[in-house]
Amino acid sequence: MKRVDHAGASSRFIEAKDHADFHDMRLWDLRKKRDAEAIDIPEWEELRGLASAIKEHTLTHLADYLEQFERNATANGMVVHWARDAAEHNQIVFDILEAHQATTLVKSKSMLTDECEMRPFLANRDIEIIETDLGERIQQLDDEPPSHIVVPAVHKLRGDVAEVFARTIGTDPKNHDVPYLAESQRMHTRPYYLTAGAGMTGANFAVAETGSFVVCTNEGNADLSTNLPKLHIASIGIEKLIPKIEHLGVFIRMLSRSALGSPITQITSHFRAPRPGTEMHVVLVDNGRSERLGMADFWYSLKCIRCGACMNTCPVYRRSGGLSYGSTYSGPIGVIIDPTFNLRKYSALPFASTLNGSCTSVCPVKINIHEQIYKWRQIIAERHQLPMVKKEAMRVAGRILARPRLYRAAVQAAATGIDKLPRFMIYNPFNAWGHQREVPSSPSQTFRQWYLKNRGADK
Amino acid sequence: MISRELILERVRRNQPAPMPLPDIPTFDRDLPSPLATFTAALTRMGGVLAEPPERSSLDSFIFERFPSALVICSATPEVRGTRSIESVGLPTELDDVDVGVVRAAFGVAETGSVWLSEREFGINALGFLSQHLVVLLDPQAIVPNLHHAYRHRGFFDARYAVLMTGPSATADIEGVLVRGAQGIRTLTVIPVPALPSTTLSFKEGRTP
Amino acid sequence: MLEGTIAMKVALFVPCYVDAFFPEVGIATLELLERLGCEVDFPLDQTCCGQPMANSGCHQDARGTEALYAKNFAGYDHIVTPSGSCAHHVRDHMTAIEQTPAVQKVRRNTRELVEFLHDVLQVREFPWAEFPHKVGLHIGCATLRGLREATTSEIAEPAFNKPKQLLSAVKGIEFVAPKRIDECCGFGGTFSVFEEPVSVRMGQDKVSDHHNAGAEFIVSPDMSCVMHQQGCARRMGLPLKFIHIAQVLNGARG
Repeated sequence: MKRVDHAGASSRFIEAKDHADFHDMRLWDLRKKRDAEAIDIPEWEELRGLASAIKEHTLTHLADYLEQFERNATANGMVVHWARDAAEHNQIVFDILEAHQATTLVKSKSMLTDECEMRPFLANRDIEIIETDLGERIQQLDDEPPSHIVVPAVHKLRGDVAEVFARTIGTDPKNHDVPYLAESQRMHTRPYYLTAGAGMTGANFAVAETGSFVVCTNEGNADLSTNLPKLHIASIGIEKLIPKIEHLGVFIRMLSRSALGSPITQITSHFRAPRPGTEMHVVLVDNGRSERLGMADFWYSLKCIRCGACMNTCPVYRRSGGLSYGSTYSGPIGVIIDPTFNLRKYSALPFASTLNGSCTSVCPVKINIHEQIYKWRQIIAERHQLPMVKKEAMRVAGRILARPRLYRAAVQAAATGIDKLPRFMIYNPFNAWGHQREVPSSPSQTFRQWYLKNRGADK
Repeated sequence: MISRELILERVRRNQPAPMPLPDIPTFDRDLPSPLATFTAALTRMGGVLAEPPERSSLDSFIFERFPSALVICSATPEVRGTRSIESVGLPTELDDVDVGVVRAAFGVAETGSVWLSEREFGINALGFLSQHLVVLLDPQAIVPNLHHAYRHRGFFDARYAVLMTGPSATADIEGVLVRGAQGIRTLTVIPVPALPSTTLSFKEGRTP
Repeated sequence: MLEGTIAMKVALFVPCYVDAFFPEVGIATLELLERLGCEVDFPLDQTCCGQPMANSGCHQDARGTEALYAKNFAGYDHIVTPSGSCAHHVRDHMTAIEQTPAVQKVRRNTRELVEFLHDVLQVREFPWAEFPHKVGLHIGCATLRGLREATTSEIAEPAFNKPKQLLSAVKGIEFVAPKRIDECCGFGGTFSVFEEPVSVRMGQDKVSDHHNAGAEFIVSPDMSCVMHQQGCARRMGLPLKFIHIAQVLNGARG
């Protein structure tokens, strides 16, 4: 399986200057809005600690909470299914749709369904799927994956959306007015809500105490998708469990503030039981989560509430775009969970980071993201997934830097003439360095030489 | 092995050492009037607070605010509108509703949210197919923040419960805020005290 | 220094790139420590702290270098380096070698220069220093979030800033702040080479931000960041000058 080339993709992203400038500015603006909310709430850091502790408790008792959730959801009239992997999830969803003779599905945003690659699976079985979230719909119509877990089309400018809509839903290609484009999607999607055989959502949180789950949106699309058709299917990752309703006080206060800098999403919906005469199905999905739970260095990543704050603050993500990560999950959270899906394919991602740590500071559930990135680098090196060039450079560097005389010879050469650099430094680093940057000037002597002249030998 | 057993077995085997559950405080602060705080938050989220008229009825007040509305569907006996929710059969029949009218069970000052369930909607889709929503809210039924809100027994009883905060919205295209995305285009809250017969009074505390 | 007091003995660690390209930073550090009454040793067989290999995940390749560091600096109560990322690596990540009590002591006692001045010597005055320029302060991310030398914009807490506090004592200095006060500049070690497009874009944004804020000089405790920013600024033709905090505190006039 081919390794995702983040650096190569980022180069192309940066070259499209207007898009790159906007992308960076837009997401930094979300980061600033988050800051304003955090400063406004004196207990913000305490809430982060509580959110983290609730998740850690839940994950360390997850089997009990899953059983409690299933018991209560079933007593409420929901049907609970269990999917060990993506393939089983997709089959279960299809089987439910087939049993209800539902051939059109309206769905709200669910990264889990993207992770499971559910859409092509269902499309191949003649199910028509309408993504109803505006950003997801734009991406679906453009046959491109979402680039950000909260704002899926953030990498597009209005002209791009106008072009996609003109091509697919018949809008005026010359009209780039944003309200016009949004209204067009509203009008185009509305009939589907009224006639679809089934509606589908993900879930932000699943509450064990009541057997209910929570869906947070701004557009109203999840509630239209689920309060009109007679069948509602919810795909829920097993890590979404929280113990009690009162814990929602903490998480709902933090989710939208972290994601968008707004106190709450416009619509926060709590599903506990199906409407009379309808059916509600929940698919609890593992797909590698139980295995990740057993990884001592990485299980904290399961605390994630999918707010996207780490993406908004990440200077690398903002300048390379989510699509350059080649995965459903991009940015800092993507970097630490994607290697569990495929180590080789995503082996470059932990190096798409400067380890600056801003992600860790904004994460509402205190995932130690940048520390996990550091640990992944070790695993990738140990499992021989480093590119040969880097592996060699580090091996040679490690030998030279461990031997004072070899080191002094190398530094001498570097300091007195860049062109006389030892091969290991020229071979990759300075070639790339000098592409868009000046190299440092050569001083007349090294520090050590100065020291020996001016302070004599060490005592 | 069936998936349920397999997953639970894997989870049990891999669960790290138990960590304790913290207690959650309610983070009360000194608020100026709950209604003032609520109004500021609601306005920020794109909703509108409209003081009820001194002299005219709620019905004529709503007709005045939505002069071109043909269908005003009310789920509360306090407003007649042009259609009562009781007369509606299927949710899809609400497609032509211009203005939906409901009474919220309570509001949340921190966020400017109103709480509604199938009991308040009559038919849930009223809150999403209507072009506009008018929400009656008892000013005495405004809790300070979400910690208090999540003690409401409605979360344990209702099949479907929603915290609505302003109208539907999106900023998915170039970050441009559009109010009125796919759900309601406007949300108007009218602070009107509830008569005891028209609503459940707010109750904190959980059903056992 | 007061008569009769014993000089504090300090070992100086000069990172490889400072030794090679920015010896003036090492010189300023040594002179400054001596001015403040320290007796400064420079173990002659020092090389590197092991960070380049360790940050690339090449734990095993870092072992020899880390062992050499531990050997060179064994026994010192105070090891000072004009590099935040090196100090952070030594204190938090130098784990490729066996963690004997001696190794743990070396790790614990390694400090970046500003930390040492602010927390150990607790010096606040630099009467010989004058720097009448508009200064953009850049604190590298390892120094900022790793060594916690200042509060960060992500977290609301009572503000403190150790480098700025020391620089505030310098006559004539005027601080100008960029819009993105603590966004990473994009050096990131080998990131600067293996993810060159993003690294350069970040560096360009950083120096433009400082320039637009009116900075004449960028002052930093982190020469690695400076190397990258200076490289970007020079290629862009921006009239920005760069200097290490040790040089300013030691009396450089700019």
